[in-house]
Amino acid sequence: MKKYKDLSSFAKTNIKCYGIVILAFLVMYPLQSSGMISHSISGQLVPICTYVVMAISLNLTVGFLGELSLGHAGFMSVGAFSGVITAISLSAAVPSPTIRLIISIVVGGLFAGIAGLIIGIPVLRLKGDYLAIVTLAFGEIIKNIINCLYVGIDEKGLHFSMQSDAALGLSEMGRVIMKGPQGAVGITKTATFLSGIILILFALFVVLNLVNSKTGRAVTAIRDNRIAAESVGIGITRYKLTAFIISAMLAGMAGALYAQNLSAVAATKFDFNTSILILVFVVLGGMGNIFGSIIAATLLYMLPELLRGLADYRMLIYAIILIIVMVATNSTQSKQIIAKIKSSLRTRKSNGEGADL
Amino acid sequence: MTKMVPLPSKAIIPERDAQKDPILETHRLGIDFGGLTAVDELTLAIGRTEIGGLIGPNGAGKTTVFNLITNVYKPTRGDIMIDGKPTGGKSVSQVSRMGIARTFQNIRLFSDMTVIDNVKVGLHYSINQSLLSSVTHLFGYKKSERDADERALELLSFFNMKHLARFKAGSLPYGEQRRLEIIRALATNPKIILLDEPAAGMNPSETAELMENIRRIRDKYQIAVLLIEHDMNLVMNICEGICVLDHGKVIAKGTPDEIKSDPKVIEAYLGKKED
Repeated sequence: MKKYKDLSSFAKTNIKCYGIVILAFLVMYPLQSSGMISHSISGQLVPICTYVVMAISLNLTVGFLGELSLGHAGFMSVGAFSGVITAISLSAAVPSPTIRLIISIVVGGLFAGIAGLIIGIPVLRLKGDYLAIVTLAFGEIIKNIINCLYVGIDEKGLHFSMQSDAALGLSEMGRVIMKGPQGAVGITKTATFLSGIILILFALFVVLNLVNSKTGRAVTAIRDNRIAAESVGIGITRYKLTAFIISAMLAGMAGALYAQNLSAVAATKFDFNTSILILVFVVLGGMGNIFGSIIAATLLYMLPELLRGLADYRMLIYAIILIIVMVATNSTQSKQIIAKIKSSLRTRKSNGEGADL
Repeated sequence: MTKMVPLPSKAIIPERDAQKDPILETHRLGIDFGGLTAVDELTLAIGRTEIGGLIGPNGAGKTTVFNLITNVYKPTRGDIMIDGKPTGGKSVSQVSRMGIARTFQNIRLFSDMTVIDNVKVGLHYSINQSLLSSVTHLFGYKKSERDADERALELLSFFNMKHLARFKAGSLPYGEQRRLEIIRALATNPKIILLDEPAAGMNPSETAELMENIRRIRDKYQIAVLLIEHDMNLVMNICEGICVLDHGKVIAKGTPDEIKSDPKVIEAYLGKKED
């Protein structure tokens, strides 16, 4: 077998990313099923998984495509509600909760992908930071639309209204799925830790493969030097759109999974703060660094939970830790220190190898 | 097909390809930026396997001509044809796919990508890989990547850069970055390649190697080369036809020998002799 250091960087990244996710599963799954961890932590497992997927998906847009998206939670929202509506609509037709979950995640991804297409077609043709502005608006628009959206189902099919649940005109057999500001209610909790891990692995598979392919090279080339990419014949809009839609689809899938871990979810959950939170995961984990996104999303999502003991000071400490991490990973001095530690470790290792010979 | 420039003409170089249609033609090309006319009345034709030179003092509009030919700037007046097809209304990437490749005065590499990946971006349109196989790494992914690697390495070894394939493009020394840019342009399988000051910043031995490489490119790939250069030794040595620009207008066209003795050229470069 090849030694780790002789592998291509693609293989190394693969081993690191898939490895850490599988390892996390192998450690946490037995703990969770035997009830060894507290209820509050075990309740966080699915949200952590969804935020890891969100970070991976946003990293595709921000890290590899080099476009700023400030409304990624909007795609999560589209996926969450279309997924929930699908799942509830199918509750009679598809008895297996697992299959229902899979179908709803696929539908959530599709709808979010369509939203990405609608936003991307006009915006990604432009040069500059227009995507940031438009996605920011998109997140708010989606939140407000869903806030006044009523959806119900009866034997005749789905009913939509923008006024009230009475306006839906449901028959007696009918059931309200979405109640405006209250959001989706009466969701069957079908999401499991295992499904979260599988979704992460799927997101990793898509993004890591994509980055190391013809399409991925075109996307990175556009980020690195748009003029040069055009000069070798790469269609800028087409590849920007491809990457952005895939990113939106993954966000929608994460949203569908997230919603089905709760019994009720409101549109306000997916607001600007959530978008920024995901962006923080990506920036702290490193742009274009998928492994970093996984770690940053996990740690930063758990941090407020772990700091719960500090009560009112919780968000203060959280902010201070964020700033410290930012400074530590970006200042030249701290980088030099890290590089020094790395090189001293390397010389020690190579000395050790030399002794073996 | 209407021929814009009658051949044989003194357009630039109908020397070896006088019987064939030119690969690149421009007819009375011009562009204004606001009130300033940067290029005017530019009529050129370049044969299929000719090496042409575009020279002139600083600010004469040479790079603007390249930007017009590649459609980065939309011409205010005139027409451009590549291989007999007009480029009007096409995007930069579409024009590139018509068979025109270029390098830049200030190097534009994908500096965070490896050398071989830079070349593979150039090969983009000859790699047979669908989005599905990009995402899954199945359905012919392995074969398409292997073919691309093979062709990229072949191009790199033609320019003695195979050993650098896995290095980051941004970490290469200056001369090699320039060479990589030419390789990336060649990877698009062009019919004509435009080189914008390829010898800028090179020492005499590097320039000599570059001249050799430009000739090798033409001979091996049977394509045309049009270059902008200030190094007169290089221009006079390898160009078969030269076009001199001054203040956006053509002041002379001809063979190196004709250009060297043209009083208008001497005046543009050195100023008028006072009587």
